[in-house]
Amino acid sequence: MDCTALKTAMAEQGYVVSDDLAMAVHLALALGRPLLLEGAAGVGKTEIARVLAAVQDTKLIRLQCYEGLDASQAIYEWNYQKQLLSIRAAADGGTAKEVEARIFSEEFLLERPLLAAIRQDKAPVLLVDEIDRADEEFEAFLLEILSDFQITIPELGTITAQSRPIVILTANGTRDLSDALRRRCLYAHVDYPDRQTELSILKARCPEVEVQLANQIIGFVQSLRKEQLEKTPGIAEMLDFAAALIGLGVTDLTHDPVILQATMATLLKTESDRFNITTEITQRLAGKAA
Amino acid sequence: MTRVTKFSGRDAGPSARMAGFMAHLRDNGLRVGVSEAEAALTALTQVDPHDPTQSRCALKAVLTGCAEENARFDDLFDSFWMNGGKVKERVMPSLNTLSDSVHSSRSAEGEQAGGGRGEATAPDGSDGEADADGEGKLVATTLRQKMKRDLRDVVQTDDIREAEEIARRLGIALRHRRSRRRKAAQKGDRIHFRKLIRQSLQTGGEPIRLPKKSRPDRPQKIVAICDVSGSMTLYAQVFLAFIAGLMRSDDTADAYLFHTRLVRIAEALRDRDPLRALGRLSVLADGFGGGSKIGESLMQFARTYARKFVDGRTVVMILSDGYDTGSADELGEAMRLLKKRGCKVIWLNPLKGWKDYEPVAAGMAAALPYVDLFRPANRLADLAALEPELMRL
Repeated sequence: MDCTALKTAMAEQGYVVSDDLAMAVHLALALGRPLLLEGAAGVGKTEIARVLAAVQDTKLIRLQCYEGLDASQAIYEWNYQKQLLSIRAAADGGTAKEVEARIFSEEFLLERPLLAAIRQDKAPVLLVDEIDRADEEFEAFLLEILSDFQITIPELGTITAQSRPIVILTANGTRDLSDALRRRCLYAHVDYPDRQTELSILKARCPEVEVQLANQIIGFVQSLRKEQLEKTPGIAEMLDFAAALIGLGVTDLTHDPVILQATMATLLKTESDRFNITTEITQRLAGKAA
Repeated sequence: MTRVTKFSGRDAGPSARMAGFMAHLRDNGLRVGVSEAEAALTALTQVDPHDPTQSRCALKAVLTGCAEENARFDDLFDSFWMNGGKVKERVMPSLNTLSDSVHSSRSAEGEQAGGGRGEATAPDGSDGEADADGEGKLVATTLRQKMKRDLRDVVQTDDIREAEEIARRLGIALRHRRSRRRKAAQKGDRIHFRKLIRQSLQTGGEPIRLPKKSRPDRPQKIVAICDVSGSMTLYAQVFLAFIAGLMRSDDTADAYLFHTRLVRIAEALRDRDPLRALGRLSVLADGFGGGSKIGESLMQFARTYARKFVDGRTVVMILSDGYDTGSADELGEAMRLLKKRGCKVIWLNPLKGWKDYEPVAAGMAAALPYVDLFRPANRLADLAALEPELMRL
């Protein structure tokens, strides 16, 4: 599948992607390298993984990162309760060695995302979400897995990937990532979409929206992003906003200032943003967008 | 549309041009090495290399690693490949130009060496700034300090001993950061199941001993950055003693000082003899008591040393009054970069101890949003009083 075909396939799944990003995804697939996506919250970084899994018709395995994420949450864990029960049930039969071999077998292993990802028959999409929230140790550990795709479990031995997962990492810049990790990955910066792209996103996701209203919504949201905001509304917020307007039966943004101000709840998510974007400002923006 | 660069017929073909492009990127500060070059060539086999848009996107994905590089890439690509149809004679810098630059740098060196000797006593231009340590020096000076000052006069050995004790206590206070990850431990708050199962095998599945795990203390590193510009002359004594003490009591700590430029002083201060350490420091601190360029110095720190030594487990301690001769924006940007390393930032400002002090200096105001703890400190006792606050950090 070349870059254009990939772009079309993703569009069919309702994800409109820019040229830069389509090429990055295409190369990640072609070269088998992890793809690091950076960008503000709400621009659809996580969504790419979901869509890519659908396009490739494969599983999406997601690992959400947080500080203190450890092996038992990311790779594997033994099912201790089951192990205890099994030991007790076999208290009368079998030597200690047999018991040990039994309770440290596949049956008692709980797969966590990383192990699950390398044990799939068909290469899955592995999404390592918000890698910048995990600490440096985990980053170093992840590097190791990303380079040889194998995991060693002392009791079971080394498990090598049956198929190399398509790895997508996302970060939104809460801290700098190590150069080593950046070097291992392809890189794409996901920005807020331009007017045309966002319009096609809206059309793809909310086909029922009228052309005039769609233009107004995009114009409004695009100019709202230029205001000084604590939390800039992303694509998801824009879609919520559109859904709210449709749900309320609004056909023109400029018609009812009260309803427009009420629907701002879908776009503005902090108290100070709500306070700063007054009815006058929303009216001015809506007037410009109309 | 911009036209494609014409290459001279003499160069060695596409791979040489790619090598030239790599060199071009490296010259412009992108970190690309052999493995990136290889990946770039492989990537080009996956796209239509005759289509500039496709190859641009492909190379962009492979050769950039952060938002900043990503944003600059298009211009760099254009300047190399889309040079408006101009003929590019050489794709690689030839030996001739290389030797040229070597020659020029050598001659520049010679000039500098000549000028360097005179610098300490008579730097560029204007006299009339004789009262270097006059009182009321709250405004940062733009001129470099002319007088070379011996730090041994500034810091007393007794102070260092006292500071060493305080620094040790602060170090301990900071170290009390609990890890979020649990490890096997004698006393702990959770049961270590993996160990428990293993041990219970010996007793027929009966868990007799309950192994525990707990969250261990993780060491935090302290990085101290001290302002020794003219406006800080009065307080530098205290801070330098403190830093000297810190370096001697904590092997992982790191220290820098700045006035118009940034100097790493960690090595010098680790000298076993405190007086000799200060002697070595004096040599490094040429320019002590001069003007201050906080923004520039911190930016230099954030761009260079911080990339190596500052991580999520570092506390950066800035000892400065925030009077900057540079622009406040640069200071703000430097603080933002520094904060992105994930560290905690403590700013100790001697002026904050004054009654009615407001951080109105533009630099200070720009830096404040990125500071975790902003406290007054102009005596050793003040530093000692920080202990409980650091525990909470």
